[in-house]
Amino acid sequence: MPITITMPALSPTMTEGTVANWLVTEGESVAPGDMIAEIETDKATMEVEAIDEGVLGRILIPAGTENVAVNTPIAILLLEGEDATNLDAAPDGAAAASPAPVAAPEPEPAPAPTQATAMAADVTAEADWPAGTEMAVMTVRDALRDAMAEEMRGNEDVFLMGEEVAEYQGAYKISQGLLQEFGARRVIDTPITEHGFTGLGVGAAFSGLRPIVEFMTFNFAMQAIDQIINSAAKTRYMSGGQMGCPIVFRGANGIASRVAAQHSQCYASWYAHCPGLKVVSPYSAADAKGLLKSAIRDPNPVIFLENELMYGQSFEVPVLDDFTVPIGKARVARTGRDVTIVAFSISVGWALEAADLLAAEGIEAEVIDLRSVRPLDLPTVLQSVRKTNRCVTVEEGWLACGIGAELSASLMEQAFDDLDAPVARIGGADVPMPYAANLEKMAVPNAADIAKAAKAVCYR
Amino acid sequence: MAKAAGKVSGSKVLGAKVSGSKAAKKTVRRRKAPAPSVVSNANADEVLGHYRQMLLIRRFEEKAGQMYGMGLIGGFCHLYIGQEAVVVGMQAAIGEGDTLLTSYRDHGHMLACGMDAKGVMAELTGRIGGYSKGKGGSMHMFSKEKNFYGGHGIVGAQVPIGTGLAFAHKYRGNDRLSLTYFGDGSANQGQVYESFNMAALWQLPVIYIVENNQYAMGTSVGRASAQTELYSRGESLGIPGVQVDGMDVLAVKAAGDEAVSHVRDGKGPILLEMKTYRYRGHSMSDPAKYRTKEEVQRVRAERDPIDHLRAGILAAGCADEAALKVLDREVKEIVTEAAEFAQNSPEPDAAELYTDILVEV
Repeated sequence: MPITITMPALSPTMTEGTVANWLVTEGESVAPGDMIAEIETDKATMEVEAIDEGVLGRILIPAGTENVAVNTPIAILLLEGEDATNLDAAPDGAAAASPAPVAAPEPEPAPAPTQATAMAADVTAEADWPAGTEMAVMTVRDALRDAMAEEMRGNEDVFLMGEEVAEYQGAYKISQGLLQEFGARRVIDTPITEHGFTGLGVGAAFSGLRPIVEFMTFNFAMQAIDQIINSAAKTRYMSGGQMGCPIVFRGANGIASRVAAQHSQCYASWYAHCPGLKVVSPYSAADAKGLLKSAIRDPNPVIFLENELMYGQSFEVPVLDDFTVPIGKARVARTGRDVTIVAFSISVGWALEAADLLAAEGIEAEVIDLRSVRPLDLPTVLQSVRKTNRCVTVEEGWLACGIGAELSASLMEQAFDDLDAPVARIGGADVPMPYAANLEKMAVPNAADIAKAAKAVCYR
Repeated sequence: MAKAAGKVSGSKVLGAKVSGSKAAKKTVRRRKAPAPSVVSNANADEVLGHYRQMLLIRRFEEKAGQMYGMGLIGGFCHLYIGQEAVVVGMQAAIGEGDTLLTSYRDHGHMLACGMDAKGVMAELTGRIGGYSKGKGGSMHMFSKEKNFYGGHGIVGAQVPIGTGLAFAHKYRGNDRLSLTYFGDGSANQGQVYESFNMAALWQLPVIYIVENNQYAMGTSVGRASAQTELYSRGESLGIPGVQVDGMDVLAVKAAGDEAVSHVRDGKGPILLEMKTYRYRGHSMSDPAKYRTKEEVQRVRAERDPIDHLRAGILAAGCADEAALKVLDREVKEIVTEAAEFAQNSPEPDAAELYTDILVEV
């Protein structure tokens, strides 16, 4: 029976891709290991190898077709002794064998509970742009890229360095096109040497340049944390204000998908602990763009925590020449009177989902997107809690000494008499992130957990 | 370290030229240190200048040691006594706008680059008149004006930072270079080699100076290093190395001149190993049980950089005893004034506790 070649999943988070190019034509023989097609994902262009020997019987998805879901049949391979008459016998092949590009079947749901829906601007209770501003739908990935490109255009001292940021276009395709626009002097591929290039970036910042140091993920920044804390964060103080370190450390933070303990951890509370740093962790594309621009302009070291699972999510972003979002200012993402849910980064999506669940039960939740975790916008949280008298905090990371612990203590200190229930904290399970899909799901918070906690503090 | 997944067979990006691929793949010669100039009337001014600078550092450090003993200086205090020729010789080799930084044994470097003795001493006593308003202390001082970038308390951490200063010089195309000092203890830190690699890869304008004073705290070089010829530590990356008599300021100056030419000619990093010796303990609280008193005495008697130069000056007739005495007195006055200033300058105001953490935006 002929073999159906399907759209491969080429990364842990890939759900769809583009068939960029066929490298063999119908009727051509292929052997195992032969490159048969080029597939473009949101992160990279990769070549697909043949696994079996045979003749390419039919191309089901022509070159140039976008948004082809993982597992969609893309070609049929005829094995030895088979010919065109066997084509229709291919499993799943016949239905897909129409000449026009086929509608992709629904992709498998992504393994992690991360399906944040594109958030329309009208959900935003307090917008950072004037009413009536033209909006464009954009992914977090593109928003980050645009922020860097705009700032690099405006300031010759801004440059980007990190692993695979230039020629490869970014391990997560964040820096796509920057090498082409700005050249190898300002978009710099480093060796895999986090401790060294972080220190090098700090030295360049001491001299007044404005480096953006990309960590492929913040997990690898643990190799460099001495330079981040001891050199970048403390030198201004230790020099009596003489020295500055205008630098941005950015990259993927927090939970990823099925990459287990060493590649799936949230560092928000680690960095938020340290004076001398600013720590930003946006949720939406608009905030990613506006905050990254602010971070690059900031004269202080800024830790910019992104989330891999958010890179491909789309949001509305204001079309403005120079749109920035202030660091240290939270955003009320949804207004409500019954309970305050405080979240940041990917967990804002879960909190908004939880608010929908709660609304169905008659509980109006107010969702606050912190956006920055140092400085923390306590006034905004306090204002909300004084109205709702109840609070649930949400984070991806471990609860011990976490952002929720900090918020909870601050609310106890500053809003004790306003609380009608103890603050509830939702966070990642207190274990190294497991690999197994079912265990990983259990280790990561979700909307149902948040809704349950919100009901509990409402005594319902 | 697992990075982004998948069988990625190369990006399809149009080729901008790979930066840094120009790093030469040539064999590295172990370079012979250049011959030092001889003290004579022809270079009398220069030599007397070195003498004065070394003496200033020596007297300053002696005073700091004394004040530490009196409880006026707290915490860690790492004295540079014995190593003066290194920084004085190198400083004489570089030019305006070149940057330097070092570890926590930093008082000598600050004085050599022209920072005010009063401000340095007042930082040691933790007073508002100190270079860091008393908030940095012995190990953490800076002067942007004098291009001194610290004063770093973590062994080896200054090496990538100094490499970053070199990166910034190259980025700006300003023909300046970075002097990056570290000790034989730092020489075994991983980040030093990460820095060497990037400096060689990108041909950065940096002179690495390893001040081999023979002891990393209490551990002699031979007890901590599988390869004790520290000048050779960059060889596999194509970084030429030179071993220099770090107790002879003119030998240091000659090696510094050659290194500066190498870097300014765009040939990338170079590594100078300065064979030197510290007379005092690692810090003030070090009883120095790891070496004999005789060993220290022998170096003092036979190799002291200041005595050695003084003898040369007198023999060549550059100055007589009386002239050197005048110079000694001038230096002593500077140190005395610094000590007085450091005791009279007030402690930082309580309000300083919460300043200089972030720049207000």
